[in-house]
Amino acid sequence: MRIMGRKLLHLIPILLIVTFATFALLNLLPGDVTLELLGSDATPSAIARVRAELHLDDPLAVRYMRWLGQALQGDLGHSFITGEPVMAALARSLPVSIELMALSLLLSLSLAVPAGLLAAYRAGTFIDKLLSALAAMLLSAPSFMLGLLLMFFLALTLKWLPAVGYTPLSEGILGNLRSFAIPVLTLALVEWPVFMRILRSDAIVTLQQDYVLLAKAKGLRSAHILFRHVLKPSSFTLITVAGLTIATLIGGALVVETIFALPGVGRLLIGSINSRDFMMVQGAVSLIAVGFVLVNFAIDTLYSVLDPRVAR
Amino acid sequence: MSASSASTPGETLPSSVVHAESQTEIPWRGPSFGLTFWLSVICLVVLATAAIGAGWLPLRDPLETDFLHRRIPPNSHFWLGTDQLGRDTLSRIIFGARVSLSIALAASLLSAFFGVIFGLPAGYFRGRLEAGVVGASDIVLAFPGIILALLVAAYAGASLTNLVLVLGFLGIPGYTRIARATTLNFAQRDFVTAARAIGASHLRIMMRELLPNLAPPISAIMVLGMSRIIVIEGTLSFLGLSLPPPAPTWGNMIAGGVSELAFHPAISFVPAGVMFITIFALNVIGDALRRASDPRDTAL
Repeated sequence: MRIMGRKLLHLIPILLIVTFATFALLNLLPGDVTLELLGSDATPSAIARVRAELHLDDPLAVRYMRWLGQALQGDLGHSFITGEPVMAALARSLPVSIELMALSLLLSLSLAVPAGLLAAYRAGTFIDKLLSALAAMLLSAPSFMLGLLLMFFLALTLKWLPAVGYTPLSEGILGNLRSFAIPVLTLALVEWPVFMRILRSDAIVTLQQDYVLLAKAKGLRSAHILFRHVLKPSSFTLITVAGLTIATLIGGALVVETIFALPGVGRLLIGSINSRDFMMVQGAVSLIAVGFVLVNFAIDTLYSVLDPRVAR
Repeated sequence: MSASSASTPGETLPSSVVHAESQTEIPWRGPSFGLTFWLSVICLVVLATAAIGAGWLPLRDPLETDFLHRRIPPNSHFWLGTDQLGRDTLSRIIFGARVSLSIALAASLLSAFFGVIFGLPAGYFRGRLEAGVVGASDIVLAFPGIILALLVAAYAGASLTNLVLVLGFLGIPGYTRIARATTLNFAQRDFVTAARAIGASHLRIMMRELLPNLAPPISAIMVLGMSRIIVIEGTLSFLGLSLPPPAPTWGNMIAGGVSELAFHPAISFVPAGVMFITIFALNVIGDALRRASDPRDTAL
């Protein structure tokens, strides 16, 4: 518990640095920020609103503290383009991103666990080499490439699934899952080789343990040995790595949401960058940073629960 | 709060992974560079030569649009076809390779340089310096790099220099870790003790004794890092946040073909294929070099 408290304290400077860096980046915009933000044909009232919202005449640190104070009270400002509160836009798109990432992680792990165990059990054989080759190829395909490939085959050629578009959960779970299918598969395939390789390496070590030999001698079925005896002791690294890949997952979600027109945080961020809606960008980036740091913290904690030696 | 306690969490994971992995190569025969390795080398050499010599090759202008020859599939005249504006895909791929490869090379050199500058003294002197370096790189690592790259491209403009700077910056912690870990490993060896015994200065030990030993792992990581940078740069330009449009980049070529994917998939998939082969080749070479430079296997 004490160690958790200390780690929690470590989060605060990281969060401050990250949000401040994002905030400070606004100053990199060349020329008059308001004109850069709104375009040279901006109306005086819009300029006045942005000036007021950004408090441009104050020093950077003061502006940041003000933004931070409001952010802590749940007010992230308003969109420069639509006037919508940033908080409302984020609240709308966050569930989509979370559903996308959670389903991808789930699918990826459920594909990687049997594959990793099988490859370890049959290490050095044809099936192991086949899985390794597949992993090496998938590792070399960026998420947007995989996404386009899957879209081309599953949606445009075979016409099994919709190519783009989003059906909210409220309009039926089946339609919702269908609109998530290709994006989720894309992200799952991006993550799969990492998980598969890690589990394979660890499971090979576990398979050399005496108790596995005993289980084999007792005549237990291979599947039973692998899933009941080998999986758990082999999965510590997997869990850590699953946590570490959150960064990849966030980056992948950004791309996949953009390709498949899913209204998540990533698409919101890219759209806001393209329309130079920087209050929205600031909000989205802060949300991603906070989420990312908190997830890492959660993984750390989970890890020390699973393996008490880590918590020393 | 000693330096070593701060460093352990990062330390335990990779070493155990590497260790487990080295056990999986059941019959270890020393660094063998197989067929895939040499094919990868050939692919990269061809691509790099074409990219360097693009100006002298008999290529069409990568920016020249030809509305009579749009969306042409690969044929004897247009070897890799043309895109939605009738521009020659082969020429655009080669000029795009210039962008991708030069950004990857420049950013990797930048990361490696600063990684060694921070990592080597951290592993050699230990103590507070090490704690500071490890802490700082943890902070950089504690953030999804693509987001930072995106922001810099969006705020400061997606120029070649900015892309190299931000991608180079994001790579530094990775090299710092490797440089520090390798230094820790070598600093205990007899030859370093011997150098110290004959009165060599710290600087001399670091430059003459330790730095040459860092070269193999660092160069392996550089090859792998280049493939990672090509992915990130490709992703940025796919999202429209790398070099602005008329300039050919692999990412914006692929993005340009997305709306035509159903009927003219070649517009996207030809550059995607070249990009895939490049990344794959870099990964194969980097993995082979890394295995060959792994001290656990060679330093017996």
